[in-house]
Amino acid sequence: MARGRSRQIRRALGLIVIVGALLVIWEVAKFIGGDPWRLHGNVLGVQIDFFHNPPFRWRIVTDQSLPHVWNVIHTMTVPVQVNRPILASLLFDNMLFTMRGAATGFALGSAFGLMLGIVLANVRLLERALVPYVVISQTIPIIAVAPVIVIGLRAGTFSVALVAAYLTFFPVTIAALRGLRAADPRAIELMRSLAAGRWEVLRKVRLPAAAPYLFTAFKISATASVVGAIVGELPAGLREGLGGALLNFNQYYTIAPERLWAALLFAAAAGIVAFLLVVAAERFALRGYRPSEEPA
Amino acid sequence: MTDSTDPTHTTDPTDSSAVVEISKVSKVFGGEKKGGGVEALREIDLTVGRGEFVSLIGPSGCGKSTLLRLIGDLTNPTSGSVTVNGKTAHRARLDRDYGIVFQSPVLFDWRTVEKNVQLPLEVSGVPSAERTTRAREMLDLVELGSFAQNRPWQLSGGMQQRVAIARALALKPQILLMDEPFGALDEMTRERMNLELLRVWQATGTTIVFVTHSIPEAVFLSTRVVVMSARPGRITNIIDIDLPRDRNVDTRELERYFELVTQVRESLRHGEAASGGAVHGSVEADALRVRAEGLG
Repeated sequence: MARGRSRQIRRALGLIVIVGALLVIWEVAKFIGGDPWRLHGNVLGVQIDFFHNPPFRWRIVTDQSLPHVWNVIHTMTVPVQVNRPILASLLFDNMLFTMRGAATGFALGSAFGLMLGIVLANVRLLERALVPYVVISQTIPIIAVAPVIVIGLRAGTFSVALVAAYLTFFPVTIAALRGLRAADPRAIELMRSLAAGRWEVLRKVRLPAAAPYLFTAFKISATASVVGAIVGELPAGLREGLGGALLNFNQYYTIAPERLWAALLFAAAAGIVAFLLVVAAERFALRGYRPSEEPA
Repeated sequence: MTDSTDPTHTTDPTDSSAVVEISKVSKVFGGEKKGGGVEALREIDLTVGRGEFVSLIGPSGCGKSTLLRLIGDLTNPTSGSVTVNGKTAHRARLDRDYGIVFQSPVLFDWRTVEKNVQLPLEVSGVPSAERTTRAREMLDLVELGSFAQNRPWQLSGGMQQRVAIARALALKPQILLMDEPFGALDEMTRERMNLELLRVWQATGTTIVFVTHSIPEAVFLSTRVVVMSARPGRITNIIDIDLPRDRNVDTRELERYFELVTQVRESLRHGEAASGGAVHGSVEADALRVRAEGLG
């Protein structure tokens, strides 16, 4: 559809404008309050020699805390060590590794969260008894839980996935509790008039009615699963993932802050990709539903 | 007061076997706790013969919907018995002896029109191929065959209600329970739907119990009109509609039609006078009913 296409283009343009604006703000702040810098070299045959000494010194925008955009980009194009692939290629591999853990965790966590939600929604007594613990489980910082899971279950990709699952299940459970009760009471009555069993009511009425709620939770969980996987990689000592990269570049932060920023970009990209995958799945799964005001 | 026990009331060409037999049925909401509760129905006796079209009419709070729900085993009588097809209402529900149509169509957004009609067939385990043919047949019956692949929310209110009727008829039930099915439609659509329903009734030979607020609608459709009054809900009169069985737009202009409309109207007024008809009293009863149902 032409209209859909033009809307997509508008959206993409909007995204580019926002990213561009952020980069401009970033550099303008450095221009006013950053460290002095010099630009010199030969660009397309023109000799450039530019020196800038900002009028202020703001600590937050020094080269130490906020490296130049071009430095971040540049550092991705060169190897960290001699005879090694460039940083971007390394980080891309790290990202894939982390996303595998996140995806496994997301699948485990969502499945567990959904089942827990179904059980709790059906057994009121259990709901009252268990929901407080479900909530408490999420108030414990994930960095405290991660070593328990990872060390307890032996370090490995599966324990990383479990940490991701730990963050993932909660939004799904809460959404299921709400969504499974969102069905039209008359639809339940209709099923009753058809002598439908509980299972059929769940499958044909409650779950389809809960689906929009569940997908909202899946979007939250998808990004959370990336965070979970990264945090899980730290105590596991896994070097293949973004967790390892972040830990490594943290240690070298004073020397090369732009590397940490580069790793952060890849972590953000992983979260965004996870989110978009869920959005695509939602589009597909809810395609027949009455269109709501604005698809997220 | 009621002469419903008189077997001559089942009019031609229906046979004399009763499909629904209600005897000494009372219903009290919230009566489990001491202090009484709200008496929704008192000592109801009613027999509905095979192939009849019986309308229940009365002011809000007279318990006509409750009576319908008692027949459908969607709620239980406090005392008395409801027999459907010679068995308990409960048994009849489990045997899927009836179809039900509510005031709102209660269609599932996530299913196509055709799949909505197939729902009762799915629940009762009809094989897929037969489901498809039967759903087509029912959609043709309500003249919506060309909308089979549409989504319910793409249809007008009247069309949605016709889908609901097709769905209710999908299992070829012996009884069709209709709770103000056309109450939410505009007058013109409603009159068209009345004709449509009569056609369906004649084509299928289904027994219909029909709750309505509209006197002309009750007279136009029914073989008998059951007049009820509120506080407590009871039957004050049963009027035989001796209009020709083959009804059409001209029926509404017959002198006999107007006489019968007047007769029903006067019955309603007398019932009102007899019960002292406090309007907000009956609203309260309705609210209590809703609350009591919610608890159950």
